[in-house]
Amino acid sequence: MSAPSTTRTGPASAGRPQGPSGATAGRVAPDASSPGPVEVARRGLVAGRRRRRRRRAVVTVALAAVALTLSALALMLGDFRLSVGQVVGALVGSDDDLAARFVVVDLRAPRLVLGVLVGLAFGLAGALFQSVLRNPLASPDVIGISQGASAGAVAALLLGGATGAAVSASALVGGALVGLLLYAVAWRQGMTGHRFVLAGIGVAYVCSSVVGYLLTRSEVNEAQAALLWMTGSLAQATWGLVVTLGVALAVLVPLVVLVARGLDLLLLGDEQAAGLGIRPEVVRALVIALGVALACVATAAAGPVAFVAFTAAPVARRLLGDGSLALLQAALVGVVLVVGADVVAQHLLPADLAVPVGVVTGAVGGPYLIWLMASGRTRTA
Amino acid sequence: MALVVLLLLVAVVALASLAWGARDVAPGQVWRALVDPVAGDNDHLVVRDLRVPRTLIGLAAGAALGAAGALMQGVTRNPIADPGLLGINAGASLAVVAAIAGLGVASTAAYLPFAFGGAAVAALVVYGAASLGWEGVTPVKLALVGAAFTATATSVITVVLLTDRRTLDEYRFWQVGSLANRPLDVLTTVLPFVLVGLALALAAGRVLNALALGDDVARGLGQDVTRGRLLVVTAVVLLCGSAVSLVGPIAFVGLVVPHVARAVVGPDYRWIVVLSTVLGPVVLLLADVVGRLVARPGEVEAGLVVAVIGAPVLVALVRRSQAVAA
Repeated sequence: MSAPSTTRTGPASAGRPQGPSGATAGRVAPDASSPGPVEVARRGLVAGRRRRRRRRAVVTVALAAVALTLSALALMLGDFRLSVGQVVGALVGSDDDLAARFVVVDLRAPRLVLGVLVGLAFGLAGALFQSVLRNPLASPDVIGISQGASAGAVAALLLGGATGAAVSASALVGGALVGLLLYAVAWRQGMTGHRFVLAGIGVAYVCSSVVGYLLTRSEVNEAQAALLWMTGSLAQATWGLVVTLGVALAVLVPLVVLVARGLDLLLLGDEQAAGLGIRPEVVRALVIALGVALACVATAAAGPVAFVAFTAAPVARRLLGDGSLALLQAALVGVVLVVGADVVAQHLLPADLAVPVGVVTGAVGGPYLIWLMASGRTRTA
Repeated sequence: MALVVLLLLVAVVALASLAWGARDVAPGQVWRALVDPVAGDNDHLVVRDLRVPRTLIGLAAGAALGAAGALMQGVTRNPIADPGLLGINAGASLAVVAAIAGLGVASTAAYLPFAFGGAAVAALVVYGAASLGWEGVTPVKLALVGAAFTATATSVITVVLLTDRRTLDEYRFWQVGSLANRPLDVLTTVLPFVLVGLALALAAGRVLNALALGDDVARGLGQDVTRGRLLVVTAVVLLCGSAVSLVGPIAFVGLVVPHVARAVVGPDYRWIVVLSTVLGPVVLLLADVVGRLVARPGEVEAGLVVAVIGAPVLVALVRRSQAVAA
């Protein structure tokens, strides 16, 4: 089929470093005999690199600023409206305003922090999958992790009548089982992206079928509760849940930072990466494992919040516009999307609807991605 | 050769679909029911009124899904593209939910115009949005915009379902996808669209072969890339729109069938499309028959069974072949 072209066009968006920099550097430097063109190319490269670095910094800072603003809003807004001063006072504990303290620390902060952690985990997971599998469609909600977790959670809800932590545990088991199954199936003398993706899609459909079966064989109000879980919600946030997820991420995120360099080299292609002393299939296996773990813990905590993992990396890459890996930026986009969506869901939409955050991430993230694609001045990469 | 075998397979599954179910009918009785029905004979009644419509609908929807899947994977150059990728299934689902919640429509036959209309509008929106911007329609943009549209539509659907229990109760049964309880005139309404779509699909093989080499090479070979893509997308909309109106949003047939076809005939899209068209009905009808047999006297919807049957096939193919989309 589209044999070569999948790897050629897929990565263009899946984040292979491309554009003028890498390509021309390799081509011009070795075989140019006169100093003129080399020097010109070198200057062009340096200028281009500086420009890209500046854009990177601006985008990163801007995303962080938006995330901070939204977080502040999340703590201030609500039935009991607070000023910035009151929020800060409540957080540092200097204020004697006990009511504000209770509202901020016990009610709003857990929900906010859960949103931040979930957004970060989904953003990272999506970026890892899409780049290592070289397919812009390969996010955890496409390759079965979310579906596995959903099947686990829905089975616990509908068959076992479970609630709270038991549902989360069941979701974690479901997602992890899918991850292990995919390894078992796709691992043959190393891991290649398309084997994993295709097997993942197959498993995703099976899990969806299980969910569909359970939904059509249950009471309609129970089915509605299951649907709510599958949409993704932050309403169940407690400090206990936040701490559990936080510990998991405290282990996983540093590991992501460790493999990120290997992943960067991997995007040059397997041969080049091997030449630079990397074992491609090992790096790939590690990155996928981390992506699975991130998606699993986030889904267990909040449900498969729609579209965050899928959209974070493409949006981050579009903002940077240089086709680089953009892990940090993707994580930030994830945070902005989840926290922003929850602010919208809680405060802009009618309160009696009690819209879960997963509805808004899809409803906001979808059109935004379409707009990004349609309004582009730079490459879609 | 493979085609002959497959056509035989279609005949076998179709016969099984006529004969087996909650009430088994002997092959001889099936034949008599078709050519010389006796009024009042229960076997004949079951075959003619229930099994024949069901089988014909399975044939049409299966062929449409198989062909649409091959086209979709070709035009997006993505081996994990399924026929619903352009937002078609999401658009159809959204329209069906709107029909149930807003207009109180409550029968599979009555959903048909909504499903088809929603599918067509969704595809128009997605293709239109993907063609704006810097480099026009590219496979990646098409895929991403389609997924984005699906997410948006799903959000709206979710809000409705979470607030309106009656709609959820109707929708959840449509949404899993099934061949049961569809009157035959549903098929006659949709059949022209299926046939035009299939004709376009069979004509599109050469276009897809050119597109598979990349836009630039395709252009160099004298292929009008934009027109070629538009032809393919039109065919997908007709086929997938018909399928989703007939049997609900079953996408997996269209995902797995082209992979099987590719494993049999190699990378030539002219053959992949043909084989997928024939293989689609085999898979869909097989799933339907299995679904009738595993839970007698009840049944499991074909849309649920198809994944359980198809996924192991897909996984086996993926493991065996080094070349899938490599």
